[in-house]
Amino acid sequence: MMKKVLAYGFLTLVLLCVYAPIFILIIFSFTDANIVGQWHGFSLELYKRLFTVERLRNMIVNTVVLALLAAAVSTVLGTLGALGMFYSKKIWKKVLGGASNINVINAEIVIAVSLALVFSMFAFNKTYYSLLIGHVAFCTPFVVLSVIPKLKQMDPSLYEAALDLGATPRKALFRVVLPEILPGIVAGFMLALTLSLDDYIITSFTKPAEFDTISTYVYNAVKNTAKSELPAFRALAAVIFLIIVIVVVILNVRAGKKNKNETFMKKEIK
Amino acid sequence: MEEQLTCKESENIIELVDLTRVFEDGMVAVDKVNLKVKKGEFVTFLGPSGCGKTTTLRMIAGFDKPTSGKILLNGQDISGLPPHKRPVNTVFQRYALFPHLNVADNVAFGLKLKKIKVTYERSDGSRFTKVEKLSKAEIAEKVNKALKIVDLEGFEKRSVSTLSGGQQQRVAIARAIVNEPQILLLDEPLGALDLKMRKDMQLELKEMHKKLGITFIYVTHDQEEALTMSDTIVVMKDGEIQQEGTPLDIYNEPANSFVADFIGDSNIFSGTMTGKLKVRFLNKTFECVDDFAKNEKVDVVVRPEDVFLMDEGKGQVDGKIVSSIFKGVHYEMVCKIGKTEVVVQDTKERKVGDKVSIYIRPEDIHIMAKEFTANKYEGYITKKNTVVFGDGEFACDVTQLYPGSFLDEEGYLITAEGEKIDLTDVDVEVEVGLKDIDLNDVDTLEEEGGAVGNIVSIIYKGDHYQVIVRTDENEEDYVCDTEYTWNENDRVSVSIKPEAIRLKLKEEVKR
Repeated sequence: MMKKVLAYGFLTLVLLCVYAPIFILIIFSFTDANIVGQWHGFSLELYKRLFTVERLRNMIVNTVVLALLAAAVSTVLGTLGALGMFYSKKIWKKVLGGASNINVINAEIVIAVSLALVFSMFAFNKTYYSLLIGHVAFCTPFVVLSVIPKLKQMDPSLYEAALDLGATPRKALFRVVLPEILPGIVAGFMLALTLSLDDYIITSFTKPAEFDTISTYVYNAVKNTAKSELPAFRALAAVIFLIIVIVVVILNVRAGKKNKNETFMKKEIK
Repeated sequence: MEEQLTCKESENIIELVDLTRVFEDGMVAVDKVNLKVKKGEFVTFLGPSGCGKTTTLRMIAGFDKPTSGKILLNGQDISGLPPHKRPVNTVFQRYALFPHLNVADNVAFGLKLKKIKVTYERSDGSRFTKVEKLSKAEIAEKVNKALKIVDLEGFEKRSVSTLSGGQQQRVAIARAIVNEPQILLLDEPLGALDLKMRKDMQLELKEMHKKLGITFIYVTHDQEEALTMSDTIVVMKDGEIQQEGTPLDIYNEPANSFVADFIGDSNIFSGTMTGKLKVRFLNKTFECVDDFAKNEKVDVVVRPEDVFLMDEGKGQVDGKIVSSIFKGVHYEMVCKIGKTEVVVQDTKERKVGDKVSIYIRPEDIHIMAKEFTANKYEGYITKKNTVVFGDGEFACDVTQLYPGSFLDEEGYLITAEGEKIDLTDVDVEVEVGLKDIDLNDVDTLEEEGGAVGNIVSIIYKGDHYQVIVRTDENEEDYVCDTEYTWNENDRVSVSIKPEAIRLKLKEEVKR
């Protein structure tokens, strides 16, 4: 009995530590006080500001568009890279895989500084291109990492079967290999998207001066408290949290349904 | 005459000419295979794993490129053609169904890619040809027909992951035959099924082969499967064809002891021809129907079901039953005659310890030329007057090279005429009898000479085993007869008594 109480008590404590700050932020997003902790009565003012103040709106749109672009480009590059790597000879496979993985382990600040250096030496310094290229360079290895396992899981004779049935190598790739590794590609895209969305270091080193994503904007806003939009971020945090909760719930429900369906079908056969 | 020849040629749908495949690591998977397959035949490549049967199939399908040699399809070389341009389809070992497609889409995969030439007639009577894809209705009809052949009607919309192994196998077959290939290649397609399902599918496949009339090339390591289904069996070992023939030929007239051992159960004895159509084994002379030269050493094969047991004294040789196992339809008994064991299958049981007599009919005694009568190598003499051959160094008696010679204190050979010869680096031919080779566990190897290798083959020959030891470095084979039991892949050291090594000069030594 005592054990149970302790176990549940510990669990509650951990969950509280993780979620309490977020819930406090959400609660105080429904009041228009400038300082967290003061309650000036219920109001949706902060939510209104989030969608009406042009600078805030631009910054949100910028972040999302950049993330979508970077994720799309790195998904294409990463998938091609993974395919190339997987079907190369053993030595190349190892060398390329290692080269790709170094970027994953490497400190982000190193990537950021080296990228900034290269851009300032050659071209695109502190333009939208340098920002996009920076994000793509940073995200692509993660896409490779999530596609490779799917290729390894795939039955190698699937590709041969497609060739055998009259598909050219290209058609075999598009009709058999890609559908087979699609879950890995989608996971890679989502990973790239989230990595790009909340990236600060690379963004701040490569972005144009007047351009802001959420992370760089928040950082600057915290530094110069004079900016009045800061409280609006409480609303933004609440919205982002809500979106994530909805996505996670939907994914879980769908996964549960699929499992049920499959076990049901199998039973039917027996 | 010439026309007749070409007509005869075209009966062979596929022809392998000196087909060889060497892998990147130097392993010879297929070694100069020559084979002709007739149109409409059911051919089976049979052999243990690693014998090159699957590699041969993959070369016909186009997944592996031959290192040398040709693959002729209807007389034309297709060895350079990529797989998607060959009119052959494959049923894979693990089915290789596309998991993201349902049953009907899996079967339709090839049809959707297919392009056919259609000739139209214009209103003015002129004709033109267009390359078209098959229409949806045509595809649906063909898919239905194929699913009907494999007995899977009504499964069109099912996901392949919900099917049982046998059903997936049927989809794989339907997916291949729907394209109406000239040749259907089957790579151990029944390997993943349970015994009963496998037996059913064997008969169904044979039925399908009759109905469709296309050539089947089937790969398996299961000899029973091969005997049940094939028109022709090709037995392979180490990348080479051992024997090619009908199931009956292969079973009754095995070309060598490997084939006899691999196909069915068999007793293999060492024998000697003692006269015309007379062979001596089991210490007794038997009448036989195979004609070999007198005094030739031969291998004798007798199938266990061809050995008849009689009461003591009534048959040809007397012996004692040492084991008896009930196998369902028959009893499998071992009868010991002298030192030799004879496996007998009979429906009537004899108890262990019973004294019996065996009888073998002359036509059931199959005689084969002995594969190995002695090991022959090329080697050279070292400074120490030892001989190096077969990846090993052995002590030997070099004086046998020159009759009447002897060695002086310095190790030079003094001939009978008193000449002094330095034998260092002299090339010699070495011969070692099968019984003169001793095998030992590697850890008991004494440092003085010998060779080390792995056992690659063991064939039981009644009273002894014939073991082949292959060395790592140059893959030299030592064939030896031993009474001791070894296992395949055992690592052993080879030692030979100096007096058992027979040497012959390759050429006259410069004096």
